[in-house]
Order: sequence, then C-alpha cells, then structure tokens
Amino acid sequence: MAGFASITLVRRALAPALLALLVTAAPAGAGLVLPEAGPSENAENIRTLYGIILILAVIVFVGVEGVLIFCMFKYRARKGRVAAQIHGNTRLEIGWTVGAAVILVFLTIATFVMLPGIKNPAASDVDMNGNPVAANAAFAATDQGAPPEGDVLNIKVDGQQYVWQYTYPSIDDKKVFAYTDLYVPVGMTVTLDIGSNDVQHSWWIPALGGKADALPGYVNKTWFKVTEPGEWRGQCAELCGRNHANMYARVIGLPFEEWRAWYDEQAADIETAEQEAAEGRRQLEEQQGEEAVEGTGGGQATNTDGESE
Amino acid sequence: MASVDYAARKAPRPQIVTDKVRPEPKGWLSWITTTDHKRIGILYLWTVAIFFVLGGVEALLIRVQLGAPENTLLSPERYNQLFTMHGTTMIFLVVVPVWAGLANYLLPLMIGARDVAFPRLNAWSYWMFLFGGLALYASFFWTPPEAGWFSYVPLSTKEYSPSGGQDAWIFMAHLTGLSSMLGAVNFIATIHNMRAPGMGWGRLPLFVWTILIYSYLIVLALSSLTATVTMLLTDRHFGTNFFDPANGGSALLWQHLFWFFGHPEVYIFVLPAFGVFSEVIPVFARKPIFGYKAIAAATAAIAFLGMLVWAHHMFATPSATVVLAFFMLSSFVIAVPTGVKIFNWIATLWRGTIEFRVALLYAVGGIGTFLIGGITGIFLAVFPVDWQLTDTYFVVAHMHYVAFGGSAFAMFAALYFWFPKLTGRMLSESMGKVSFWLTLVGFHTTFLVQHSAGLSGMPRRVFEYPIDAGWQAYNLISTVGAFIIALGVLVTIVNVVRSLKVGTLAGPDPWKANTLEWFTTSPPPEHNFDAVPRIRSVEPMKDCRRQVEEATGAQQHLESGRPMAHV
Repeated sequence: MAGFASITLVRRALAPALLALLVTAAPAGAGLVLPEAGPSENAENIRTLYGIILILAVIVFVGVEGVLIFCMFKYRARKGRVAAQIHGNTRLEIGWTVGAAVILVFLTIATFVMLPGIKNPAASDVDMNGNPVAANAAFAATDQGAPPEGDVLNIKVDGQQYVWQYTYPSIDDKKVFAYTDLYVPVGMTVTLDIGSNDVQHSWWIPALGGKADALPGYVNKTWFKVTEPGEWRGQCAELCGRNHANMYARVIGLPFEEWRAWYDEQAADIETAEQEAAEGRRQLEEQQGEEAVEGTGGGQATNTDGESE
Repeated sequence: MASVDYAARKAPRPQIVTDKVRPEPKGWLSWITTTDHKRIGILYLWTVAIFFVLGGVEALLIRVQLGAPENTLLSPERYNQLFTMHGTTMIFLVVVPVWAGLANYLLPLMIGARDVAFPRLNAWSYWMFLFGGLALYASFFWTPPEAGWFSYVPLSTKEYSPSGGQDAWIFMAHLTGLSSMLGAVNFIATIHNMRAPGMGWGRLPLFVWTILIYSYLIVLALSSLTATVTMLLTDRHFGTNFFDPANGGSALLWQHLFWFFGHPEVYIFVLPAFGVFSEVIPVFARKPIFGYKAIAAATAAIAFLGMLVWAHHMFATPSATVVLAFFMLSSFVIAVPTGVKIFNWIATLWRGTIEFRVALLYAVGGIGTFLIGGITGIFLAVFPVDWQLTDTYFVVAHMHYVAFGGSAFAMFAALYFWFPKLTGRMLSESMGKVSFWLTLVGFHTTFLVQHSAGLSGMPRRVFEYPIDAGWQAYNLISTVGAFIIALGVLVTIVNVVRSLKVGTLAGPDPWKANTLEWFTTSPPPEHNFDAVPRIRSVEPMKDCRRQVEEATGAQQHLESGRPMAHV
C-alpha cells in the first residue's frame, strides 16, 4: 500500500496550496476554471461553492487518476513477474465506500450552508426614492428568507421567440416596459418573475447568477442586486428555435437617479408612442368610415360587414 | 440413501451436433431470414457502425460551424437539424443498440447457451431497430427534426415544429423503443433460464450481469419514453392537450416524463460499458476481478438509484427547493457505487502483470476519461451550481466525458477484445495503438476546453457566437480535436476492413481469457458449443486450463510478458 500512502502525502501538501491558488486566482480564473461572477452576491456565492467542490474534485481526481496511471507503469507485464491473485479485500472496500460517502456528506453541508445566500434575495441598499437604507435595518432575523424588508424592484420577464420583454412596476401611474436591455438601479434588489409567451426559454446573465427557465404556464423566480454601475450580457440558454443563438439580454446598472430618469423617459416615450398609435387608429377608422359611407351609402351596413372587410 | 453416480453427474450433457448435417445458410437472403443470435449480433454491430459514422460526420459539421465566430457555413435551421440528428443518432442508434448487438453475439456464448430464449423475437427486435433508424434518416430527404434530441415541448409541438421531421423522430423513438424492450425481455429470459450447469448468480460473467441490469432498466425506462412520445404524437395530430398550458396541459410534464426515461438511459448505455471494463481488465492484468460481488451489487445499486435522479436535468425549472434537494442527494448517492466500481477496476490492475493490448488501453483510457465525467457530474448535482452550469458547454463536455469516455471507449475496447471471436482473425495491434492514442488525445482536446467555454457563458445549441464573446479559442481547439478523433476512428475502420481479410488467424482463445465464449471455435459454429463444461467459478476458462495442465503436464498458464497469441 505504499502507493496509497504517497498519494495521501500528495493530498496533504496539495490541498492548502490549491486553496491558496484558488483564492488569489479567483478573478483571473473566471471563465477558465470558475463560473463568471459580477457584482451580485448570488453569483459570487455560486462561484465560492463551485470553488469548494473544485478543490475536492481536484484532490479526488489527482488521487484516483494518479493511482490508475501509477498502476499502469508499475505493474506492466515483465518477464518473470507473477500477478498477485487477489480476489478482494472487504475492509478496503468498505473503507473507500465510506470515504466516498463522507466527501458527499461534506458537500451536502456546504451546499445547504451556501444556499440561502444564493436563493434568497438580499435586502436593497436603496429604497424606491433612492435614499440609502441603513445596513442593519435589512433583516429582522438572520434566517429570514424572501421577501426582504424594504423596497425591491419586481420585474416581469417574458421570453418570446427571440426577444426578452421586461414589464416594470408602475411608479406614479406610469406604464413602462422594455425589450432586450434591462435597466436597473444600483443597490436595489431586483426580483424577476419569469415566464414565456411561446416555447421554453431560459433567463441567464452569467455574471449575475444562475439560470431560471421560462416555461409557458409557469412563473419562475430569481433575483440579483448589482452593487456598481455597469453592463452585463447574457443570452437565452434553452433551445427555443432557429434563432436561439441570437436571443440576447443585457442588464444595465445605473445609479438610482439616472435609472429613475431613464424610467420616466421610457414611460414618456411609451405614452407618446401609444398616443400616436391611437391617433393613427382613429384616423384610419375615420377614413374607413368615410369610405364605407361612400361605398354602401349607410353606416349601419358597415358595422355588420366590418368583420369580412 | 440411494447411491449417487457422481461421475455421471459431472460428465457434460450429451448434445447432438448438427452442423455437418445441415449446411450453413449462405447468401444475402440468409442474413434477412436468420434467427441465429450471432448473425443478428453482427447485423446490429454493422448497422451501429454505419450510424456511428453518420453521427460522427454530423458532429464534424457542427464543429466546423463553431470553429469560427459568426460563421455562416450552416444556416440556423440546418445547424439545429444537425445537432438534433447527432444527439438522436448517437443515443438511440449507437450507444444503446451497440450493447444489444454485442450482447446478442456474446451473451449466449458467455453463459453456454445454444441461442437466446426467443430467436425469432430477437430477429424482429433487430429489424425494428433498423427501420427506426431508417425512419429518422429518411427525414433527411424532406425536413429533419430540429427540436433537439430531447424534443422539449412546446418547441416540438405542431405549432412550432410543423414539419414531418418531428414525426419521424417520434416514429424512430417508437420503433427503437419497442426493439429495445423486446430485446431486453429476451435477454432477461435467456439469462434467467439458460445458464450452463453450475453457473449460479455468483459465477455469472460481469458483462452478463450488466446486460441483465441494462435489460431491466430498458423495460422500466423505455416504456415511459414510448408512452411520452405517443402523447406528443396525439398532441400534434389528434387534438389532445397533454403539454399545452393554454388547455390545462403542462410543458413541465414532458420534462419529467422524458427524463424519467432519459436518465436511466445514461445507465442503460454506460452499465454494459462497465461490464466490458470488468471483463477486459482482469484478462490483461492476469488477475481475478477485485471484489466481484461489490461490482455486481454496485451495478444493481446504480440501476435502482438511476431511476430516482431524473429531475437533476431540471434544476432551473420552477420547482420547489425540497424537490431540488432530493434530486441533488439522490445524484450524490449514485456517485458512491460508481466510485466503488472505479476503485475495484484500479485494484484489479494493482499488483497485476498488465499487458498493454489495445483492448486494455481502451478500457483504461475509458475509465480515466469517465472518471472526469463522474467528477463533473458532482458539480452539476449541486443544484445552485447547476443553475450556472446547466444548458452550457460545461454540460456538453460532461455528457461527452460520460458517453464517450464510458460507452464509446468501451465500444472500442470490446471491438479489439472480441473481434477475434467474431471473425476468427486478429485486429492489428499497432494500428490499434495509433487509433487509441489519436482518439484519446483528440477526445480530451475536443472536450476539456468545453468546460471553460461553458463557464465563460457559452450556452449549448447556439449556431453562432459573437466575435467579442471570447469563446473563439476554446471552440477552435475543440474543432481541431474533433478531427483528431475522426482520424483515430478512421484508423480503426481501416484496421477492421483490412483485418477481416488479412488478420492473423486467432484460434479459439487468443488472449487466454476467462469466460466461456473462448471455449468454442472462432467464429463459433451455428450451434455454439459441442459440449459445455460444468462451471465452477467466474473464470471457467482458467479452470479448464488448470485441469488440462494437471492432466497432461503441458504448460497452459501465461509466462508473463509474452503475449498468449504466440504461445
């Protein structure tokens, strides 16, 4: 069992070194050996959990693959060598079964410790008027889950071939929606209600956390909170048809005041556009009405024939 | 007590040999009418080989398209068709039926039987498989399916996939599903009833153990698939609304039903591969398998747990946390028996005298590769981490490490190991080694970087990606690797075609192997065995050689370092 002993030595020496490497290389390793993570706690927590698994995985990989390759070199058939006729070793077999189980128990604990920080929305740093919220005012108790106290920005996200639509909550009776680009205020927790109008899609901005599938008939929930201004890209992650590859999404984080200005401008643009559309409709209807009068000589008839025109 | 004639009991049962009376059937018609398990096995294997090449060419086209960003070689429509056909082909027409084919040939030989329990049903299974494949490939002349190999609704419904390609896919799933289920029933009946005298459950070759468990899994899982695709068929054409949320149906229902088949399917194609590893490694390490009982028990445990992990494919769907937690834990638990198998194989190599034959190289390469797929499976089982990884190239990499590392490497190990038995001729070892190293290096070149592509945000099933996404290098490396694999496979194809004519004559037992198929001639006569020895251990051929050595004094065991073919 000399081989096993030397592997243990390698493990002892390697584990702390790897941990140190991982911690220092975390930002550089994003994408290459670690998931993306931007300025949102959930994504950072996922990356940390991934890192914990990665350390264990590397140890198991080096250990098992090492012994495998060691055997291939050490026990290669040579003249005069006789194979040991071993049928099994119950203690050893029980040992590695338990060993594997212990690693998994550890991972289970790590997962459930990390889970609340990934799944439950954090509290906002600002309220709906853009005023900062005191750090200690957020949670009544440490185990409190969603929804957090204070304001959150709840946005309805709808997937459709091949664009994301965002419907914002109404502020001052304004109606705001947008496509593809999701503008959010920095420091505000954003909760998303995700659905679909046609086939399945999957909402994903890698730097801002995990995926949430969009299924017609269901509402899926996720959240993020950006802590600095910036722009983060993502795209639909579930095959949704021929142009699945072009169904992009972008989150744009703005300081609260700028975001509010965008919100008002978007509301004004939508209102103007709707008024123009309504005006256009009215003109069209009038025009049609006149034509109908000219054509049939009676308004009454237009109504009944309206369907077929 | 009456006296028992022990000598008469131990004598082999008398058999009537008919191969000299009725000539072997010849000509192409004999291949269509055959009910011989060996001929059906060979039909399966050739058919699988052709589909493997077709699926491989589709993979190369996919890789060429992705080799450069914003490539316009393939239209999005064509690209979706290609990955749908690639996935469907490799899963339904390669990695599952290849084990039906190999087991068809080997299973009766390994347990000392004359044929399978229901030879005509067996022939029907093959023909349904073939026509299932043809139904799918016929769609190439019209519009192939393009909703992916798991055909998620609503994309696969009439509204979003109006073409007949989706119906061809359903037809393929029906035919190959029925083929697999009838084949499985046949294997189960054969293994339970037709084992050689003395072959108790503790002396069953491990490959036969895995085929038994594979068969039970097929019966349980494929029945779910055939029902599910029937529901899709009636939704598409007969006005039902199983999957339409606007009419009280559920889009999530498809995912549950599909993965209830889909995950056991992984074990359906990987357990027989484990069986191959368990047969090849002891032979070339010249050691008994380490922990026979643990390996057999682990096979059963994996199959049982494999029925309980399906929703780990659905961690990003709107599901309760308790559901996600359950499927995370069940996926964790399944890692334990899988790990046990890997440890047992390594312990079988430990202190052996390992002969570097091509079959062994493929087996060890397969284990080493599969190990990586197993480890990345743990990342994916942790559901909060899976939220980042699912539907990305990380999953594509993981899945190929499992399917290629597990199943395809075992396919090649089996080919190099049993080709002498199937044809009576040896494959070239030197060409085999070239093929192995090309395939191994090509495989890791292709798929290792795909983990990184996924981690940096590349979703699967995209026909193009922007230049500034930063995925160009990963994809280029991957594309180069795919062509190295293709080259490796090509060398083996040339090797097979060449060796059929000019390969060294193998004799009945070129490897000095352990199991009963090596007791008969290569290739075996139509009736398989003139006589079957009484089975006293899991290594009946070793027992036979020992007996001959004791009786005649002629050395039968291996002098280490000298290949047995030349003894």
